[in-house]
Amino acid sequence: MNGPEPTERAVDVLVVGAGPAGLAAAARLAAAGAGRVEVLERDAAPGGLPRLCPGTGFGADARGRPLDGPGHARRAVGAAVRAGAALRTGVSATGWAAPLLLEVTAPTGPETVRARAVVLATGARERSRAARLLPGTRAEGVFTTGGLLRTLEVFGPRPERIGRRAVVLGDDPAARHAVRLLRGAGVAVAAVVCPGPRAAVGAVGAPVLAETAVTELTGRGRLASVVVRGPDGRSRTLACDTLVLTGDWVAEHDVARAAGLPLAPGGRGPVADGALRTTAPGVFAAGGLLGGGGPAVRAAAEGRAAAGAVLAFLAGRASGAAQGPPVVAAGALARVRPDLLGPEPGPLLVRAGRVLVRPVLTVAQDGRVLRRDRLPAALLPWRPLRLGPEWTRGADPDGGPVEVGADDGCGDGGRAETATDPAGGPVEAGAKG
Amino acid sequence: MTTTATALPATGTGTGTPPSAPARPGPPPTGPSRTAIPPSTPGPADAPSSTPVPAGVSSSGAGPVDASSSGTAPSRVRRVGAPSPGPARRTVGAEAGGSPRGGRGGRPVPGAVSRRGPLPAGAEAAYDVVVVGAGVVGCAVARALARHPLRVALVDAADDVGEGTSKANTAILHTGFDASPGTLEAGLVRTGHRLLTAYAAETGIPVEPVGALLVAWDEEQRAALPGLAAKAARNGHRATRLLGPDELRHREPRLGPGALGALSVPGESVICPWSTPLAYASQAVLNGTDLHLGCRVTSVGTPGPGAPHRLTTTRGTLTARHLVNACGLYADRFDALLGVADSTVTPRRGQLLVHGRAARDLVRHILLPVPGPLGKGVLVAPTVYGNVLVGPTAEDLDDRTATGTTADGLAGLRERGARIVPGLADEEVTAVYAGLRAATGREDYRCAAHPALRYVTVGGIRSTGLSASLALAEHVLGLLAECGLRAGPERPLAPVRMPDPRAARPDRDPARRAVVCHCEHVTRGALLAALASPVPPAGPGGLRRRTRAGAGDCQGTHCGAAVRALLEEHGKDGRR
Ligand SMILES: Cc1cc2nc3c(=O)[nH]c(=O)nc-3n(C[C@H](O)[C@H](O)[C@H](O)COP(=O)(O)OP(=O)(O)OC[C@H]3O[C@@H](n4cnc5c(N)ncnc54)[C@H](O)[C@@H]3O)c2cc1C
Ligand SMILES: Cc1cc2nc3c(=O)[nH]c(=O)nc-3n(C[C@H](O)[C@H](O)[C@H](O)COP(=O)(O)OP(=O)(O)OC[C@H]3O[C@@H](n4cnc5c(N)ncnc54)[C@H](O)[C@@H]3O)c2cc1C
Repeated sequence: MNGPEPTERAVDVLVVGAGPAGLAAAARLAAAGAGRVEVLERDAAPGGLPRLCPGTGFGADARGRPLDGPGHARRAVGAAVRAGAALRTGVSATGWAAPLLLEVTAPTGPETVRARAVVLATGARERSRAARLLPGTRAEGVFTTGGLLRTLEVFGPRPERIGRRAVVLGDDPAARHAVRLLRGAGVAVAAVVCPGPRAAVGAVGAPVLAETAVTELTGRGRLASVVVRGPDGRSRTLACDTLVLTGDWVAEHDVARAAGLPLAPGGRGPVADGALRTTAPGVFAAGGLLGGGGPAVRAAAEGRAAAGAVLAFLAGRASGAAQGPPVVAAGALARVRPDLLGPEPGPLLVRAGRVLVRPVLTVAQDGRVLRRDRLPAALLPWRPLRLGPEWTRGADPDGGPVEVGADDGCGDGGRAETATDPAGGPVEAGAKG
Repeated sequence: MTTTATALPATGTGTGTPPSAPARPGPPPTGPSRTAIPPSTPGPADAPSSTPVPAGVSSSGAGPVDASSSGTAPSRVRRVGAPSPGPARRTVGAEAGGSPRGGRGGRPVPGAVSRRGPLPAGAEAAYDVVVVGAGVVGCAVARALARHPLRVALVDAADDVGEGTSKANTAILHTGFDASPGTLEAGLVRTGHRLLTAYAAETGIPVEPVGALLVAWDEEQRAALPGLAAKAARNGHRATRLLGPDELRHREPRLGPGALGALSVPGESVICPWSTPLAYASQAVLNGTDLHLGCRVTSVGTPGPGAPHRLTTTRGTLTARHLVNACGLYADRFDALLGVADSTVTPRRGQLLVHGRAARDLVRHILLPVPGPLGKGVLVAPTVYGNVLVGPTAEDLDDRTATGTTADGLAGLRERGARIVPGLADEEVTAVYAGLRAATGREDYRCAAHPALRYVTVGGIRSTGLSASLALAEHVLGLLAECGLRAGPERPLAPVRMPDPRAARPDRDPARRAVVCHCEHVTRGALLAALASPVPPAGPGGLRRRTRAGAGDCQGTHCGAAVRALLEEHGKDGRR
């Protein structure tokens, strides 16, 4: 590349991504007097995914009125700007020239921006057709929910773009969002195809095919059908001109990866500790980047928490790099966050790999059980559970990996057809079971 | 680029629609659009005038035409000392507005690019040579013919060049080290490698000479390596070298466990498979070739000895004194239109998967399998865009349209890739696709001159057509001469310069610098330039192949809608 020489600039804190997480972090940092706080957003408008999401489900305003996605985005942008953060749109972070020195592409030309601390809040996306290895033709009409939102933003509900009859693939609350979105745009939903149990999706007013895999996409030009195989091994052909791929989130980790940060398995976000510090000193992370699919309010809360960690670091009160023993999932758990415990016991977020009707959770380190307890309710793969700091109390910060495991007290790892909880928010497990 | 397009009637679009144009509607007020090149300006400093020009690749010393753009800088064409077009080259045409399209000052007159509407009629539709099939082979043939004062048309059933097998291959510029010595293929791949390496440097087609390693994973394979080195030597490649396990590991540190040794083949390169046919076609068009897309030839009538062939197409009728069949998978079917039955094509599918750029550091060379009794294995190779390819499979099929992938195929590639380079197991898959090789049951090309028919078939170009394309084109010129084509004097071609999608664009207008595709850093300016290029894309796929927009990890989740909107606004379906 032989473009123009980049302009060099310096700020105190650089936040990458103006979604709920980045905006909340910036608002708190600016309000706390962290100096020049700048937020970079590669899209033409700030707000992140909620900006594109019609419908309520994004918390409520000060007077308790429910917010829709754009409303949530407007409030978050307003709060960050009022607090004094500088918001730049159409500007993307593309890499690192050196530690804490980001390469940035702006319409005004390339820049390098030096910061005392960086917060990565670049979000997540749903995996594409190729990333899911869906076989068949490369017909048009296959979207992720995010892609569908953008198509609606650009074209509106034009049937020649978004189709007339859709199949939705996915088995967590994201599939419900997609069904709602399609119906709102006048697209009929032929079926929801769930790789896992039906309970994950709940009632959507369309046939839900549980434990069913997509085996082929057909059609030249536009999608013609989706061939699926159910738990009985039988194949079915679902005629449709649109397929929406939901869930199966992967981090937008280009900037994190360019820093050489190690990635967590599954969601592929940067490894972070309980204080939202990554392994690079002064680089913090929050929101969908660390685990997609959660609600916006949680991303925002994480952004604020990351801001707290940045303030402690800038004030010299805390180290700026992730620390503590690794936290690993065991038994029937698919995922535990954070990846490193951090300086002191903090909350854990656990996600089950299958339905556990009467789950018993165990936290152990170096063969020593820190805590073992039965949970008051079933543990569902699509509903992460937040465990309070008491679960890791007594962990040795210099010890070996902290293992968080789960097994099913009633010995039934099967399906829970009745367990329907589409809300998707994490459950508190403060109470002792 | 200015345009003199007249409104085109929306008849006879695409494939299958019967031609609605009368056979001879007289001078065409509704002809296809014609590209007018603005007056010449001196070439830029980076004009490849110092590049060695091999035989068969002509270059004038003039500034190249930027095949990407008309948006910021005017395109440049200058001809030096070329003979005035021969009599067969029509230099005065009835354009809307009546401006002559003559090559005044010896400047080449660009050909027409059309995608819909009736074909030109009358004298406009009478060609000296019609090349059927605008894959990498047909495009190369058309470009070679453009050096001569001939009226040439390149036609294809698809709505873009390179839409067949040429868009779905492994993107390797082969040296031909492993060809069967003495075959036509062995010679043409060897020459083609040399020609295309030089041509890529001249035109800016991305190419990287990473070299190949044939990796032996068991004793049998290791034992086969010296024989392969000897075969390479018989093919004229003496630079191969046997590597022991330690040196192999040193040169390819992320290779999986168990590799016993390798044969190193310098010169094997990776190349951009999409800009190659596009460069040929753009250069042909800029030098006078007409390109008719969305134009399937459905029958060929040959009224009598000496009379030109009458080609019936989905967009009307053309006549051709000489005919070249570069129909790839359909070469046998096209032969049948002329009563020739030399071979039958059996499609052999190759599925591939592409890892994202994050995987690029895992692989330094093209990692080839050692061919064995169980057939050819899969290879792992970097791409010029920083991806890593795994594939291809080899499946003999009946269906010439079966370019889909299968669950088994993809799972197998995932597994084999991870065995060759274990780090790939943790990498996301960015894209999957499949291409069909035109196998004919013979392990060589099937190129044939049919002098009585003034007809040349270029068939059976199975798995090396990209590499051999420029040499094949020269070979076809020879076959056409055998068929009585008198091509006339050769003139240097006005050069083209392909935009490098990897390079930053120097747009002055900030609006054009806005990034549309974040994964691949494609700007609005790059997209607009592609839409205004001599051979513009017909849809999002074509735009992706020209600019990379949507080819990144998110596969267009973010930019797909914006790109499509841009196409609808600025890409007038080939009407510019
Ligand atoms: C269809 C759908 C419906 C949803 N419905 C709800 C709901 O009802 N309620 C709810 O609470 N949540 C909902 N969510 C989830 C919610 O959108 C996410 O929790 C939230 O967006 C996560 O916030 P974030 O800030 O981490 O990421 P994002 O919102 O994704 O924001 C990340 C931002 O970073 C920018 N960015 C990325 N890389 C770069 C870079 N290199 N340089 C500059 N900028 C960059 C992106 O453009 C983006 O704007 C829904 C999500 C979807 C897809
Ligand atoms: C999986 C795979 C991997 C490969 N890897 C490599 C590699 O690494 N290196 C290499 O050099 N080669 C490789 N090849 C081979 C290479 O891709 C082919 O040899 C080459 O693309 C053939 O080009 P073509 O122009 O002959 O055919 P095509 O590209 O198929 O073009 C033929 C054209 O003819 C048109 N057509 C057919 N019938 C008609 C008609 N009646 N009227 C009008 N138009 C018609 C079609 O629309 C098509 O566009 C690979 C091939 C495959 C399948």
